[in-house]
Amino acid sequence: MNDMSADSYVTEDGRTIGGVVMEMKNITLRFGGVVAIKDISFDIREGEIRAIIGPNGAGKSSMLNVISGFYKPQEGEVMYRGEKRPPMKPYQVAQQGIARTFQNIALFDGMSVLDNIMTGRLNSMNASLLSQAVWWGKAQKEEFENREKVEKVIDFLEIQAIRKTPVGRLPYGLKKRVELARALAAEPSLLLLDEPMAGMNVEEKEDMSRFILDVNDEFGTTIALIEHDMGVVMDLSDRVVVMDYGKKIGDGTPDEVRNNQDVIDAYLGVAHD
Amino acid sequence: MLYREAGDFKTSYQKDSQTFPLKFDRMGYWTVMVVAFLVVPFVINDYWANAVAVPFLIYAIAALGLNILTGYAGQVSLGTGGFMAVGAYACYKLMTMFPEVSMLVHVVLAGGITALVGVLFGLPSLRIKGFYLAVATLAAQFFLVWLFNKVPWFYNYSASGQINAPERTVFGIIVTGPNTEAWAKYLFCLIFVVVLAWIARNLTRGMTGRKWMAIRDMDIAAEIIGVNPLMAKLTAFAVSSFFVGIAGALFFSIYLGAAEVGEAFGIQKSFLILFMIIIGGLGSIFGSFAGAAFMVLMPVFLKNVLVGGLGWPTDLAAHLEFIIVGGLIVVFLILEPHGLAQLWRLTKEKLRLWPFPH
Repeated sequence: MNDMSADSYVTEDGRTIGGVVMEMKNITLRFGGVVAIKDISFDIREGEIRAIIGPNGAGKSSMLNVISGFYKPQEGEVMYRGEKRPPMKPYQVAQQGIARTFQNIALFDGMSVLDNIMTGRLNSMNASLLSQAVWWGKAQKEEFENREKVEKVIDFLEIQAIRKTPVGRLPYGLKKRVELARALAAEPSLLLLDEPMAGMNVEEKEDMSRFILDVNDEFGTTIALIEHDMGVVMDLSDRVVVMDYGKKIGDGTPDEVRNNQDVIDAYLGVAHD
Repeated sequence: MLYREAGDFKTSYQKDSQTFPLKFDRMGYWTVMVVAFLVVPFVINDYWANAVAVPFLIYAIAALGLNILTGYAGQVSLGTGGFMAVGAYACYKLMTMFPEVSMLVHVVLAGGITALVGVLFGLPSLRIKGFYLAVATLAAQFFLVWLFNKVPWFYNYSASGQINAPERTVFGIIVTGPNTEAWAKYLFCLIFVVVLAWIARNLTRGMTGRKWMAIRDMDIAAEIIGVNPLMAKLTAFAVSSFFVGIAGALFFSIYLGAAEVGEAFGIQKSFLILFMIIIGGLGSIFGSFAGAAFMVLMPVFLKNVLVGGLGWPTDLAAHLEFIIVGGLIVVFLILEPHGLAQLWRLTKEKLRLWPFPH
């Protein structure tokens, strides 16, 4: 067992987990009278794979939406790299290096796979409208430089063959992969994955797990993911947050969480006497 | 057998992102260009220029403009007629205020002024979406037409309330007014069409176009990956209005010569251009041309066949023309909801396999 309080430590498989990148402090999120998240605190460390699990309606996706700036919590603070993050629009959060995928695939159906992934690079492209209009100078240079980076992501995720296919025509599993590619193209420092394996068969899940591990390993990307498949979660993640009815009921390594009585109760139910 | 991509390998991203990836297409494009610039101006007469070529070219610009806004950025607009009126009146004011300046400058400036007006009316688009935005742009349409009717300054206090294009030149060649020659009108419009189509293509294949399409396909996801929705929508409004404004300026100064705002730039014009891009294909540069060609050429063709060929009375032919064009629109939309551009794309795919379909 590693010492969690240390600034950084090395995992059993030899990856270095750094200090805290993002810290959620006493987050409370309400929609009118409904409390989606109740006073939750947890942190995400540099280079780790952090899972958020919980039964349906526990508030996991809401939590991810708070991180990506889509929901504004009524109470609590989001600390990013040691600083309190002011209320931000989602596109500003994206500019800070936080990329995400969605539970229900949110790709741009009318565009090709390549164009979809290229949109992931938009935060690092800033040629003027005029330069783009005449397709000369900076616009063109930028386009090809970023195309090269995108091609690396395409190679990495093994989707070369569908590069020019319109996304609307792809099967579900591939769409999920393209969405991951778009998030990766942004070279994020924190990657949020909302149920990356929902609705996949075993083979596709294995592929996706391999990609997630590879991303974390090769690029050192910090990953926070929501997933329902317990086997996958326990295998992939370094630490797990467990939520139920908007509250945090467990936090720790997969082993700790597995043996936590509250977690067992939440998943298997409690005998009422 | 000519239409093949086999063996046509791309070895750089530059080559991979060109407009016409196939050599055959490139040859076709340059052939069209050579004919349009070097052959047509020498053979064109007044009838062909006024009935076919000039309206087609001008409507193609307007369709390109609306296609950028509606087809690429997904913002439905019914204000095209109103924005064309802004271009026309801006051009008129510039022409009368600065008679010495080249017409090229006037038309481009008119486009710029329309872009500013477009941005102003595009502001609500951040909050209003879909049909509701269409209604908001409808308000722009009616307001602008009303404005140009009510404020005499816009038509220089003329008694008729009309605006008349005075004689103006480009490099000494007369392009507006009654003494303009057919080839000059045609060539002047053609230059704008070629340059604007090239700009539209460049913008839509680059990051600006991707931002527009991202907003169109899923605005929430677009925002989460880093698109600033307000900026993306306003650039779409600005660029689109620039195109539409130029179309309006040309429509008034080159094509009509004299215009009354309600008649020339009424709501019918907005719908006509919307039909063009729907029939031609939303989100397609080629579709803008195809749609404009269809809506301009079909009535001319029908009139020639019915009146000229079959000898029917003009009024009967005129009414029948509406029925036939309307019917054709319905038929086309049932056959191919994605417009002529998609039809063309499918034909090309078939052609690629021909004559061995398996």
